[in-house]
Amino acid sequence: MRFYLQQALNALQVGSVYALIALGYTMVYGILTMINFAHGDVFMVSSYVAFFVATALIGSHLALPPAVVFAATLLSSMFATALLAVAIERVAYRPLRRAPRMSLVITSLGIGLLLENLAIAFRPVGPAPRMLPALIPSTTIVVGGVAFSALQVVTIIVSAAAMLGLDALVRHTRVGIAMRAISWDSALVPLMGVPVDRIVSMTFAIGAAVAAVGGTLYGMTYTIDPYMGIRIGWWAFISAVVGGIGNIRGAMLGGFLLGAVEIFTPVFLHSSTYRDMVAFSLLLVLLVFRPTGILGSPAAQKV
Amino acid sequence: MARRIPLPVWLAVGLVLALVLPETGWLSPYILLVITYVGINMILAVSLNLVNGYMGEFSVGHAGFMAIGAYTASVLTVWVFPRDASPVLFPLALLAGGAVAAVAGLGLAFPSFRTRGDHLAIVTLAFLMIVKSVLENMPSLGGPRGFMGMDKLTTLGWVFASVTGSVWLARNLVHSRWGRGVLSIREDETAAGLVGVDTRRVKVVVFTVSAFLAGIAGGLFAHAIQFINPRSFTLLKSTDMLVMVYLGGIGSLGGSLLGATVYTLVLEGLRPGLQSLGIAQEWRLVFAPLLLILLMLKRPLGILGFREFRFLVPRDEREKPGRQAERKTP
Repeated sequence: MRFYLQQALNALQVGSVYALIALGYTMVYGILTMINFAHGDVFMVSSYVAFFVATALIGSHLALPPAVVFAATLLSSMFATALLAVAIERVAYRPLRRAPRMSLVITSLGIGLLLENLAIAFRPVGPAPRMLPALIPSTTIVVGGVAFSALQVVTIIVSAAAMLGLDALVRHTRVGIAMRAISWDSALVPLMGVPVDRIVSMTFAIGAAVAAVGGTLYGMTYTIDPYMGIRIGWWAFISAVVGGIGNIRGAMLGGFLLGAVEIFTPVFLHSSTYRDMVAFSLLLVLLVFRPTGILGSPAAQKV
Repeated sequence: MARRIPLPVWLAVGLVLALVLPETGWLSPYILLVITYVGINMILAVSLNLVNGYMGEFSVGHAGFMAIGAYTASVLTVWVFPRDASPVLFPLALLAGGAVAAVAGLGLAFPSFRTRGDHLAIVTLAFLMIVKSVLENMPSLGGPRGFMGMDKLTTLGWVFASVTGSVWLARNLVHSRWGRGVLSIREDETAAGLVGVDTRRVKVVVFTVSAFLAGIAGGLFAHAIQFINPRSFTLLKSTDMLVMVYLGGIGSLGGSLLGATVYTLVLEGLRPGLQSLGIAQEWRLVFAPLLLILLMLKRPLGILGFREFRFLVPRDEREKPGRQAERKTP
C-alpha cells in the first residue's frame, strides 16, 4: 500500500508537469482550432532559459538566497518563453489564419522541428543533456511511510497554484471572457469589439508562460536536452486530447491521467519500454470511440 | 514541330542507363547512393501525395508504413530466402513489404471514416509512435539496436523499376473513376457522398495503395543502407516526406517527382556547401523545417501545385493545344 501511495505521489508530480503543458495545447486549440505542434519545443526552450538563468545567478557574486534565485529563474523563464510564443504566432501563424487549416498544422510542425534543430546546432545548448543547479534543498519529509521530497512538494504546490490561477483568469477576467467568447464563435465575436489579434497573442503568451512553469520544475527534477520537447510534449499533447482538447479542466485531468500511465505502466507490466505504446494506444482507442475526449463536448459539423 | 519522343522510349533509355551506369564505374558509390535516395524519395512523395494532396487528408504516419515495409523485406531476405537466391527474390521481398504495410494502411483507413483533418493527423501520429514502440520492444528484430545483415540488393535497376511502377500505379489510380472520387473527397466529402461516391471505399483504397508504396520504398531503403533501426523511421522522416510533397506541389505527381529530386539534391549539396563555409553540419537539419515554414507562408502550392507534366496524364485526357486549362482551386 505504501508503495502505491509513493507511486501515486510520483504520478502527481509528473502529471502536474504534463497538465501545465497540456494547458497551452488546449487553450490555443480552443481559440484557433489549431494544434500547435511547436508547443512541446517551446516548453523545451523554457527549460533552457531556466538553466541559463539559474546557472548565471548561482555563479554570480550576488549570493542571493535560494528562494530568490528560484523565483527569478521561474519568472524570467515564463517571461522569455511567453515572448517567444508571441513572436512565433506573429511571424508564422497569423499570416496563415485565413489559409486552409492544414497549412497551420504543417507550419507548427515545422516550427517545432526548427526549434529542436536550432537548439542542437546552437553551440551553448548542443545535444548533450544538462542539469539545472540545485535550487531547492534536497530534504525529505516522511509522512505515514511516504517520502515527500522538498522538490516534489514545491512542484505540486507551484503547479497547483499556476493551474488555479489560470482557471480563475479564464473564468473571471475580461481577457478570459474574451478568450472563451472567441472559442465560442470566432466569426461573431470580433464584431462585438473584441480585439481578436490581441487576445490570440495573450493566449499564446499565457499558454507558454504556464508551460514555462512546467519547464522550470521539470528541469529542476530531471536532465534536459533538445529532444525533451518531443517526448514530454507529445505526452502532454495526448493529455490534452484525452481530457478533451479545447477544455481547460480536461487538460488538467488528462495530465494527471497520463502521469498515472507513465508511473504505473512499469509497475504493472514490469517493463518501462511499453510506456509509449500504452499511452499512444490509449490515445488511439479514445480517438476512435470518443474523438472529443473525456470532458470535451461534441461539436456539430456544419454542412 | 519536332515529333515528341514517345514515353516507352524514354523509359527504355532510363532502364538501360540504370542498369549500365553502376557497371561503368564513372559514378562514385556516393553519387549512386544519392541517386538511389532520389528514387526512394520519389516513391515516398508520390505515396504521401495520394493521401495528403489528392484526397486532402493529413497523414504524418507514413514513416510507420515505411518501417513496416523495411522490416518485412529485410526479415525475408535475411532469414527466409536462401542467401544466394536473395537477389532474384528481392522483388518478392519488396512486394511482401508493401503488402504488409498495405494491411496497416487498411487499418488506418477506418479511423479516417470518423475523423478528418487534425484529428486524423493525431491518429496517424499515434500509429507511427506505436509502430516505433513495437519495433523497439521486439528483441528478435534487434529492438532499439536495429536490424542488419541485409545484402546490398537495392540496385539502380530495381529503384528505376519501382519508381516507374509506383508512378504508373498512382497515375492510373488518380485518373480512374476512383480518382475522381478521391478528388471529390478533397473538395467536399459530404457533397461527394451525396452524389454517390462511396467515400469509405475510396478512402480504404487510397490508404492501402499509399501504404503499399511507402512499404516498397521502405524495403528499398533497408537494402540500400543495409541497416535499419526504429529511429530511422521517426516523425522527422515523415516531415521529410511532407516537405517534398509540399515543395513539389500537392495534387501533382510530377510535383512529387520534382520535389523529391530538388529536396534530396539540395540536402546533399548542403554537406560540402556548409563545410566550405566553415559552418557546423548540424545546421543542415535546420534547413528542412525552415523550408517547410517558408513554403507554407510564401508559396503554399509548391512548384507545380495542381499542375501536371504531360506524360503523367493519360492520352485521352490531355489538354488539346490552344484550349485554356480551367483553374482549379485548392
